Amino acid sequence: MNSSNLTHLQQLEAESIHIIREVVAEFGNPVMLYSIGKDSAVMLHLARKAFFPAAPPFPLMHIDTTWKFREMIQFRDRMAAECGLDLIVHVNEEGVRQGVSPFTHGALYTDIMKTEGLKQALDRYKFDAAFGGARRDEEKSRAKERIFSFRNANHRWDPKLQRPELWKLYNTRIKPGESIRVFPLSNWTELDVWQYIHLESIPIVPLYYAAVRPVVERDGMLIMVDDDRLELQPGETVQYKSVRFRTLGCYPLTAAVESEADTLPRIIQEMLLTRTSERQGRLIDHDSAGSMEKKKQEGYF
Amino acid sequence: MAHQSDLIEKDILAYLKSQEEKSLLRFITCGSVDDGKSTLIGRLLWDSKMVFEDQLASLEADSKRVGTQGGAIDYALLLDGLQAEREQGITIDVAYRFFSTDRRKFIVADTPGHEQYTRNMVTGASTAQVAVILVDARKGLLTQTRRHSFLVSLVGIRHVVLAINKMDLVGFDAETFDAIERDYRQFAEPLGFASITAIPLSALNGDNMIEASVNTPWYSGPALMDFLETVQVEGDNRAEPFRMPVQWVNRPHLDFRGFCGVIAAGTIRPGDELRVAASGHTSRVARIVTMNGDLAEATAGQAVTLTLTDEIDVSRGDMLTVPDSPPIHARHPEAHLVWMHDEPLQPGQIYLVKTATAVTPGRVTAVQYAVDVNTLEQKQVPTLGLNGIGVVRLELDRPISFDTYRQNRDTGSFIMIDRFTNATVAAGMVIAAAPLEARNTSLTGPGPDLAEPDGGHLRRISLSESFISGTGVSVVDLTGEWGPIGFDVTASFTDYLGKGNRVLFRLRDLAQLEAVALLAYDQTLTFEFDRTAEGVSILIFKRGIRSEGGLLTDEGTGI
Ligand SMILES: Nc1nc2c(ncn2[C@@H]2O[C@H](COP(=O)(O)OP(=O)(O)OP(=O)(O)O)[C@@H](O)[C@H]2O)c(=O)[nH]1
Ligand SMILES: [Mg+2]
Repeated sequence: MNSSNLTHLQQLEAESIHIIREVVAEFGNPVMLYSIGKDSAVMLHLARKAFFPAAPPFPLMHIDTTWKFREMIQFRDRMAAECGLDLIVHVNEEGVRQGVSPFTHGALYTDIMKTEGLKQALDRYKFDAAFGGARRDEEKSRAKERIFSFRNANHRWDPKLQRPELWKLYNTRIKPGESIRVFPLSNWTELDVWQYIHLESIPIVPLYYAAVRPVVERDGMLIMVDDDRLELQPGETVQYKSVRFRTLGCYPLTAAVESEADTLPRIIQEMLLTRTSERQGRLIDHDSAGSMEKKKQEGYF
Repeated sequence: MAHQSDLIEKDILAYLKSQEEKSLLRFITCGSVDDGKSTLIGRLLWDSKMVFEDQLASLEADSKRVGTQGGAIDYALLLDGLQAEREQGITIDVAYRFFSTDRRKFIVADTPGHEQYTRNMVTGASTAQVAVILVDARKGLLTQTRRHSFLVSLVGIRHVVLAINKMDLVGFDAETFDAIERDYRQFAEPLGFASITAIPLSALNGDNMIEASVNTPWYSGPALMDFLETVQVEGDNRAEPFRMPVQWVNRPHLDFRGFCGVIAAGTIRPGDELRVAASGHTSRVARIVTMNGDLAEATAGQAVTLTLTDEIDVSRGDMLTVPDSPPIHARHPEAHLVWMHDEPLQPGQIYLVKTATAVTPGRVTAVQYAVDVNTLEQKQVPTLGLNGIGVVRLELDRPISFDTYRQNRDTGSFIMIDRFTNATVAAGMVIAAAPLEARNTSLTGPGPDLAEPDGGHLRRISLSESFISGTGVSVVDLTGEWGPIGFDVTASFTDYLGKGNRVLFRLRDLAQLEAVALLAYDQTLTFEFDRTAEGVSILIFKRGIRSEGGLLTDEGTGI
């Protein structure tokens, strides 16, 4: 029943591959949400393993808020080409027209550019299943979510109406318009992800490694000046510091940490010795207790 | 995460190596409402240094705002992550948490105690190896303690910790502890656990959680963490006969056909002979393909892609197995069923039955009995309602391959899905092929085609007088028959046809065609096929014989 002859990572890998294959076998039009971060990198790698020697039989989709780090975009395009996968990039054009930006719209920005953008794209392409790289160890409401997470026709998650999920038997049945979000990395921890990247030599965006980068200090966080859209506020100066990112998102919302870790083992070492969780670098979670749950109910990944 | 921090600082590569070799234990906490399950996990996370500074800050704030401990730290809030849970101070859905110590990695599922959310408890239990069953020392065993214990045994968990909690509220009284342990052992006797370890705890204050507590000098057993770090669970099933449910057929081009799946039991090497459970076809393993290179061997738990030496027909839903120890292949399994939906089970109604690879329509033909979770006694019931647990007989649309759940959790389990609402309504664990199916009679004798291998059930219908009415055409209605059928012919039946009468067989589906054709072949009869809006029917008669009723006007070529 358990497979203790396999290492912990081998067990996680097998579970994820099984999940990914199950989606392809049971859904008509799946897509993999590719956010360009380390979790997406691992998820994509697992998808390639699941279907080797074929390429994964689904496209990648990136919901581009137009505020991602430039290095992320370059990396994204290179990976899609290398893996031989179709890449769908969706931008919420309505939001762009309205000039929605992280500086002007606060919490609304994520709603409009990420959540709304995602819903638009899922509707436009009529995807019935969407892979996401979220892990249960990231946040309290994620820890409660099923691997196959049912969404109604409005993309809403109802935490009180989750389907029982037993063994490896996933209920994939949906009605037209409904969809399932699938999280193959549900049971991976941050350490597992790093360790696997290390073992399998999985390429990741260079921003994860420490390098000297231009940053400003704002509200106690180090924000990288990735392009000239970041307007300096009175008293702010651009400093050059050796920094890296524990998590990648929109550059104005993602805090850098000062670090000298420029190799994977050093990154892992640093992660293990720190005493704050990775999501702290993401401003969205600080809004209020339960903010992630609310976002998820509204259709956020 | 400050464990082994010396090694992390001095030699990160050595640390990573040591991490790779750690074993993984999956366990759950369960038991009745408010016994302290979430608190216990929160405390374990806390004590194993898995709570980060920022999480601590929000835990402190939350404890003041919605905590149950009057502003002091409420560890349960580390687990109860849904708004509704925090507001009510209860657990509604299972939370999965991860922690590790120097010796092991753990995945723990914190399950809800409320009866209403039993399905979420079963969700957590289905993948666990050890269960920590909590009891409030002030209350002793409650119905939920018993229900959860029974469910734990049903899903195949062999090792339980009887965590007698809130000992601080009974003055760490040894008598109280002993009495509850005695009660529990007596109740659990028929459940056949491999081990029951009773531990006196205060999850809130940490007594006997990590270290032996000074408050329980009379207790000499392990602290909870000791137990979890060292408990030996059953080994893997790599030595069992090979099983791999085929999940996906990988065909990137004409020269490659790989069969993908997770090995459910056994070990496989190139050259090994395999058999498709349903068809009986055999072939040999050519390659075990992975992106990191072909493997010389693969074992239970691995997700692999196999290619075979022959072009045999294999698709999703098939099971690849060793030739000499095949799984059960049958339509009428008998199973334990846990009903998880508000609408009770409707015997006779079609549900979708999802097993390791196949989704098959099927129905429950009989509820043999339900189990009273308090007494473990069997009782006769017409059906199972929400949280009902019982033994049922299933009838599937077509035979499927499975093992008993005892033998293999992966190939012996199934879920039932409502066809209209798509809700997951039940969890099932196969006990056996139904006794009826053991007496398999074969239509054509041994041979791979019509005979169902391995105990598939064939229903024989005796074509006796009861089917014959008057002269002209008699009707044999097969639309109510769900499985493979065969016919036994009686003298009166041959007589009837010999007199020029005809028999019309109404079919449920084309699978029944073969049996009727065979009947015609054996009895030297002619038959005619007809497809109308009502369905498919076959008329059989003896060529060249005029009906006494004069109905046969076309020399036996049609109706
Ligand atoms: N005094 C004392 N109180 C405890 C102990 N363990 C838990 N509690 C308290 O008991 C209450 C219920 O604890 P929870 O951990 O939420 O119980 P639970 O079993 O998870 O409850 P459900 O998940 O809703 O079934 C809380 O107020 C806890 O602080 C203990 O060892 N001693
Ligand atoms: Mg709880």
